[in-house]
Amino acid sequence: MIHNDLLQIKARELAGRKKITLRCCMAAGCMSSGARSVKEQLDKAVAEAGLQDQVEVRGVGCMKLCCEGPLVQADPQNALYIKVTPENAPSLVAALQGGKTGVAQTDPDAAFFKRQLFIVLANSGVIDPERIESYIAADGYEALHEVLNEMAPKDVVAVMVQSGLRGRGGAGFPTGLKWGTVAKSPGAKKYVICNADEGDPGAFMDRSVLESDPHCVLEGMAIAAYAVGADQGFIYVRAEYPLAISRLQIAIKQAKQMGLLGASIFESPFSFNVDLRIGAGAFVCGEETALMASVEGKRGTPRPRPPFPAESGLWGSPTLINNVETFANVPPIYRRGAEWFAGIGAGKSKGTKVFALAGKIKNTGLIEVPMGTPLSAIVEEMGGGAPNGGQIKAVQTGGPSGGCIPARHLDTPVDYESLGKLGSIMGSGGMIVMDDQTNMVEIARFFMEFCMDESCGKCAPCRAGTVQMHHLLDKIIRRQATASDLAKLEELCDMVKNTSLCGLGQTAPNPTLSTLRFFRHEYEELLQADFAGPPGSGDLNHQRAPAAT
Amino acid sequence: MIATVARKKQGRLSAALDHASGDKRFKILEAHMKKLQFRQDALIEMLHKAQELFGCLEDDLLLFVASKLKLPPSRVYGVATFYHFFTLKPQGRHTCVVCMGTACYVKGADKILAAIEEQTKIKPGETTPDNQVSLLTARCIGACGIAPAVVYDSVVTPRQTAGAAVDQIRKWGQHDS
Repeated sequence: MIHNDLLQIKARELAGRKKITLRCCMAAGCMSSGARSVKEQLDKAVAEAGLQDQVEVRGVGCMKLCCEGPLVQADPQNALYIKVTPENAPSLVAALQGGKTGVAQTDPDAAFFKRQLFIVLANSGVIDPERIESYIAADGYEALHEVLNEMAPKDVVAVMVQSGLRGRGGAGFPTGLKWGTVAKSPGAKKYVICNADEGDPGAFMDRSVLESDPHCVLEGMAIAAYAVGADQGFIYVRAEYPLAISRLQIAIKQAKQMGLLGASIFESPFSFNVDLRIGAGAFVCGEETALMASVEGKRGTPRPRPPFPAESGLWGSPTLINNVETFANVPPIYRRGAEWFAGIGAGKSKGTKVFALAGKIKNTGLIEVPMGTPLSAIVEEMGGGAPNGGQIKAVQTGGPSGGCIPARHLDTPVDYESLGKLGSIMGSGGMIVMDDQTNMVEIARFFMEFCMDESCGKCAPCRAGTVQMHHLLDKIIRRQATASDLAKLEELCDMVKNTSLCGLGQTAPNPTLSTLRFFRHEYEELLQADFAGPPGSGDLNHQRAPAAT
Repeated sequence: MIATVARKKQGRLSAALDHASGDKRFKILEAHMKKLQFRQDALIEMLHKAQELFGCLEDDLLLFVASKLKLPPSRVYGVATFYHFFTLKPQGRHTCVVCMGTACYVKGADKILAAIEEQTKIKPGETTPDNQVSLLTARCIGACGIAPAVVYDSVVTPRQTAGAAVDQIRKWGQHDS
């Protein structure tokens, strides 16, 4: 494969384009609403109408508005059909020729789409994720070619530093700095790992990116590998995402066949292989040291840092670990330049962020907005507010490691620092909207139960602390707790936060702490007066009192 | 004493290998392991394959994997029990997985689960006594846009209600009787 081959594939693909395209969303959300048979029926209807030469029916990745699926978009008509059923197919094809169709449409220029800015999701819903030619036609693998032929590894790192990209997995560590550290670490063998263990409940950005544009992630990994001097990559995907796994397998196979992965890529001395590792359902494996243990085929328990993976990671070698969305940002940065990327966003948070908008909100789905967009714009303008006339009460970001942001703080811009100030985190991008019917104490207990179950058991503060905190929250909900229980809960939160080994334990108290901070009255309403609980409520002082007298 | 324990262990392993010789699925599993070059770090991949072939990971199977990879059985057992995806008990004919992710939860997944528990009289992680239905919960299946979601026999079904879930489970009972 040389650059000319790439250009030829692109030219052939573009020349083969037909006058009209019908794009069918084939991501997991729409698939579960019957998108596959919609596509089959559309293919059939096009054939029956004798329009094969003019109409292309293309299965594409996520088209973002998941709640209205299955989605079909007709171009150049710019018509976005929603909730399409297989029976609708003939009328949709008739509509292409000026006929009428009864299928509901939504405005593709509505605020939900208009306020988005696509970098990571630029190809999502446009290209066919199962054909590498479709990605190449969208300038795919151009960035890799340029990097391999015109840049030294240290320049590649310098561009990344300049772009200001920060890790999209949640903590927001500067990506360029991480690449630089791995590049400088001595070692003959180095690894690149893509963390696709999206365990945060309520988040599906990584799944959508992998299902919609797997080659973009592979290209990003290859560029990173060249920058740090690695020749082996691993993608660690959750077993819960079968469609993402199969599309990755297809993508890796195609890239290998074309010589875009493997030995001497673009006839340079650079070689890079990628293997898939399938997770087996452990939330803690999203933590980097636990993830590496799992890649090595062991129990996924974290270990203390330092040494950081950048110095001693997989099998003791320097290892670069980045999240799916971080890698997906890489090819556009090298295609369009670091200045372009650094010009988007606000303050120290550059570029865009993909969020999975879900919960009690009208428009659920995938959104990508520039950093610094106010939460209210996302929730009210794009999301359309709470359904059925409800009132939005809070927005939860960061999953079990994040917090609840109350409605009165909705003017907060989304960037790492602003969310941190409110006791939440950016997280990987799950955004769950809660309305006035949601009980915040129950939400805190829900997340604590999650952390309790997912604690790996290695360190005592997290193993025992989460159980005790869950017990206390449960007691509060059962209206059997007193003010001293609440004080105990706060003390435990502080202790677990400061003494746990890994990120899971350190952030497990966050949902409880943030609901305590903003919705304390909900806790207090559930409290009993001290020493007034029913006999045997578990309060030690209460039980001892009669014996002493 | 030590000798007896060692012999006993030896006995169990050879029994497991004997058992393996008569079952085609062990051959398929071994071929898969060979493809992965019997690499010890691919243990999780091999356990996935084993569970796919056998439905669950019973002791014999774990011993077989351990001996083929030259790993201590404790290590294989440790990994198999650490990850939620692996099950050591056989599953029922049908599986019903209720997603308990945050989006599904705020949209009433807990009520769906309660209704199914009431209908089947089992708790998550259990199988009905007639071996028809296994009830499971998932942390999040990433289908938050169409919450609440339930997976019936690996088909993700969007926007479920307690009534719809109970109907589906009742339907399974009728088809099989």
